[in-house]
Amino acid sequence: MANEDVYGFLAEFETPEALVEAAKKTRAKGYRDLDAFTPFPVYDLFPVLRLRDRRVLWLGLYGGLFGCAFAFAMQIFINYDYPINVGGRPLYALSAFAVVAFELTVLFSALAAAVGMLALNGLPRLHHPAFNAARFGRATKDRFFLCVLATDPRFDAQETRDFLRTLKPASVELVPS
Amino acid sequence: MSNADTHPILSPRQSYADVTEQLAAIPLHFPTRRTWLILLIASSLLLGLLFVSATVLFATGVGIWGLDIPVNWAFAIHNYVWWLGIGHAGTLISALLLLLGRDWRNSLNRFAETMTLFAVTCARIYPILHLGRPWFVYWMFPYPATMEVWPQFRSPLEWDIWAVLTYLTVSVVFWYIGLIPDLAAARDRARRRGWQVFFGVLSLGWRGSAVHWQRWHQAYRLLAALAVPLVVSVHSEVSLLFASGTIPGWHSTIFPPYFVLGAAFSGFAVVAMIAIGLRRLFHLQNLVTDDHLDVLGKVLLATGLMTAYGYVFEVFDALYSGDAHELQTLTDRVFGQYWWSYWGAIFFNFVVLQPLWFRSVRRSPWLLFGISTSVAIGMWLERYMILVTSLYRDFLVSSWGIYHATFWDWAIYAGTIGLFFVPFLLIIRLLPVISIFEVKEVLHDEKKELAHGQ
Repeated sequence: MANEDVYGFLAEFETPEALVEAAKKTRAKGYRDLDAFTPFPVYDLFPVLRLRDRRVLWLGLYGGLFGCAFAFAMQIFINYDYPINVGGRPLYALSAFAVVAFELTVLFSALAAAVGMLALNGLPRLHHPAFNAARFGRATKDRFFLCVLATDPRFDAQETRDFLRTLKPASVELVPS
Repeated sequence: MSNADTHPILSPRQSYADVTEQLAAIPLHFPTRRTWLILLIASSLLLGLLFVSATVLFATGVGIWGLDIPVNWAFAIHNYVWWLGIGHAGTLISALLLLLGRDWRNSLNRFAETMTLFAVTCARIYPILHLGRPWFVYWMFPYPATMEVWPQFRSPLEWDIWAVLTYLTVSVVFWYIGLIPDLAAARDRARRRGWQVFFGVLSLGWRGSAVHWQRWHQAYRLLAALAVPLVVSVHSEVSLLFASGTIPGWHSTIFPPYFVLGAAFSGFAVVAMIAIGLRRLFHLQNLVTDDHLDVLGKVLLATGLMTAYGYVFEVFDALYSGDAHELQTLTDRVFGQYWWSYWGAIFFNFVVLQPLWFRSVRRSPWLLFGISTSVAIGMWLERYMILVTSLYRDFLVSSWGIYHATFWDWAIYAGTIGLFFVPFLLIIRLLPVISIFEVKEVLHDEKKELAHGQ
């Protein structure tokens, strides 16, 4: 029973291990729309929450391929458009073009991955319902929050709260959207 | 994590909250205002000197420098290589050690990367100053010019601008991506409106969502994996500025690795100096521990010995070639007009380094700082030696000449030190100087190992 005015429940845990354990149980209970807020990346959590988006890496690869192709095309075109004979050496000297090609491969790959990561994450976004939570400031300090989103089909203001309580969190909070 | 063989590098008794409050408090409730202000004023004076000297340079021309035929590449390229080399250590610490899973990097990477940004900036202004007509710097880029000419892409001088601008851009991106979670941590600690807005905007609304962390992690590691070969390529390319020419003493295949290792060597020395300075200034002994100094000392010794191997091989190269001009340059280096730069490099880079074999020396901040200073000087002399001793006597006796740096050479060099320190001091005033969340990751791993009873 989804609710328009509610973002979800935040359950607070003191260690990453407790959070991972709680996330496992919450998934086993049938909840699917889950998120977590942690002060540093908790790698054990990614398989539990089924987070396996690899698009950032693909973007990095495409960016790199584009940069490489662009660099070679640019250098070949320039030597075609304005040929300079330097001691009879080849105009289309791929070994001489390799340096700039490598640099642009790295440049475009890095920019694609970084910008792509921010875009996929929907950042910058200065306002977000999660910031409404009273204790949310500790998510960047020392607490680990499990979030059950209101979009989850099993979400219910009372039932979900009761269930989260059984996981022995430090606090449970209903976050308005 | 991976270094299960050693004892914890940070004391696991500190909590996540402790380190967060301690590190976020540095910008928010800045401690040592007085010392910081004195340093900033001194650096600003040097920066002022740079503006004055650059103005004189642009008004008069590069003739105010000591360079002339045959030594027409002097301080401008010498200090360019020196600064760029210093910058490389920041990337290596941050990226290479991240990929290798070395925990000790997490206390050093932030200020080491910050050092990279401004060292590269200092390096970058030199070729522009050297142009003589710096307003034509855009000629380096391929744009459809009305004269219908294009840059020469088969020249190392053209490669250079692409390599260094790429390096600067990727360094900024890597630094910022790693900074975002800490900006969010500082935002949530800030109580004053101004700081909340400042960190709020810069952190882009980061909230530590697991979905975000997963993508962030991929991007961060990918950037690291790109940055490591990038460093190697950039300084190899810089060495090709020399090695592609036929000048005796430059025309050698040892140059790319020789330059890259020397760069890492000088950079690690400066990282050690900054680490020691910052931990004293901000009382960070709990995060930049004696163990960190120990590791830095070992890395310094290792890269120093690799650089020394370069010295040996340079001599071997000349002797093995049997080329008259190579042998002449070798003699010029060792016994010539600039003998002090050769023996100075050997002394400051190799002899002074040797006490680092002792653990007590590596763990003493004063001694490590002294040795690192010596390395920075030694590498400066080495770059001077490579540059000037090759040029001042090349093939034709009729074209031999002597080079001396003038007042304006020194003024601009001193000015770049201001150009390095002013933004560096502003950054350590405004942003978390040590990576907060990565330190917490180390603490987490250590706590977990303790819980498992090792």
